[in-house]
Amino acid sequence: MTWISDRALESLRGMADLPDFSGTRYDIEEEIGRGGMGVVFRGRDRELARDVAVKVTWWPGSDVEALGAEARVLAALDHPGIVPVHDVGRLPDGRTYYVMAIVRGERLDVRASRVSLSDRLRLFDRVCDTIAFAHARGILHRDLKPANIMVGAFADVRVLDWGLARMRSEPTGAMTHVAGTEGYMAPEQTRGIADERSDVYALGAILRGLVALEPSSRALRPLDSIVTHATADDPASRYPDVQSLAADVRRFVDGHAVEAHREPPLERIARFARTYRTAIALVLAYLVMRVVLLLWD
Amino acid sequence: MSKPVLGLVLGGVLGIFDGLSALVSAPHDPAIRAGIVGIVVGSTMKGILTGVIIGWFARRTQSLAAGIVFGLAVGLALAGCVSLIQKLAGQPPYYWQIMLPGGILGMIVGYATFTYGVPAPRLARPAQS
Repeated sequence: MTWISDRALESLRGMADLPDFSGTRYDIEEEIGRGGMGVVFRGRDRELARDVAVKVTWWPGSDVEALGAEARVLAALDHPGIVPVHDVGRLPDGRTYYVMAIVRGERLDVRASRVSLSDRLRLFDRVCDTIAFAHARGILHRDLKPANIMVGAFADVRVLDWGLARMRSEPTGAMTHVAGTEGYMAPEQTRGIADERSDVYALGAILRGLVALEPSSRALRPLDSIVTHATADDPASRYPDVQSLAADVRRFVDGHAVEAHREPPLERIARFARTYRTAIALVLAYLVMRVVLLLWD
Repeated sequence: MSKPVLGLVLGGVLGIFDGLSALVSAPHDPAIRAGIVGIVVGSTMKGILTGVIIGWFARRTQSLAAGIVFGLAVGLALAGCVSLIQKLAGQPPYYWQIMLPGGILGMIVGYATFTYGVPAPRLARPAQS
């Protein structure tokens, strides 16, 4: 009898689980992710000699339409924040797959724990820009969460997993099943209703996580108000669209008053002093120096 | 407003105020009262020159700290030249009284030009073939 190690056994088991891509131009290397609809593998496009990611449905016949719909959504969205789709096809065993560019980087929450608040907000702005683009094309993501956002080495942001994405014009009846992730899913999504403000809710929940990494401070009150406004239970009480949310966050970053926060006078003075501290310090230095020279003479 | 133009305007305006401040520094000095027009014109010209030089530099740097330090250096240098000219003309040279405000005004112009001036447009890349 020949004994094989656990590691070798695990490797053989993994190879046995790999889908059969013979007859296609792709070599499948390893599993890199799992979702509700299927598995994502790292692969290689032999003809173009490049690494790719391949998403395959769980079993033959399952989610064929849904995976196809996701591929069509991605193909309709040509944006730096959205992974481009290269190919769609069907395997000999009946499973459906689509091929996309491989995404390198780390999850938003992982990167966020290592960078400053202003860098976190800059990343958030890029996510908002991507979702605003999708909304402008009539597409709702419906499952935004840190796990679905990857950040690359150059702070480039990619929004992933558009498996639950739907056209805004799609009849409500098509969304009768509950879709989303608890903690990020807007209350109305549990009733099968979704519009742009549902994605605004999820973005507000993501922003809450990014702000929570910072020690509590008076200076962060405007950001807390933005989060509260974006994650209001009633969609009508939220920002009407992603651009409005992103604009308010940018106002905070630039040191301006944000729309979601009513600022008491003292807080306004403190913000002004923070924003223009260098200019104030230089003008004060000039005036102090003038007074000193006056007294000296 | 482009950085050199903003530097020119800001340097000129601050130069006028800096020149007029001589009246506050020495209100009873008849020489200053008599020569205030010349002082203001000279101070304005110095401010404009400082602003243009700092604006030119601000277009070439990405660092606010570098912009402020350069503003200080230019402000001190030009104010030092004015003091030397005074000395060569046989007048008492007011080194501290001219160089200190000149240096700090240079820092203010450096800060404002760097922060509020519009950066120079980048050259377009050649089209993809």
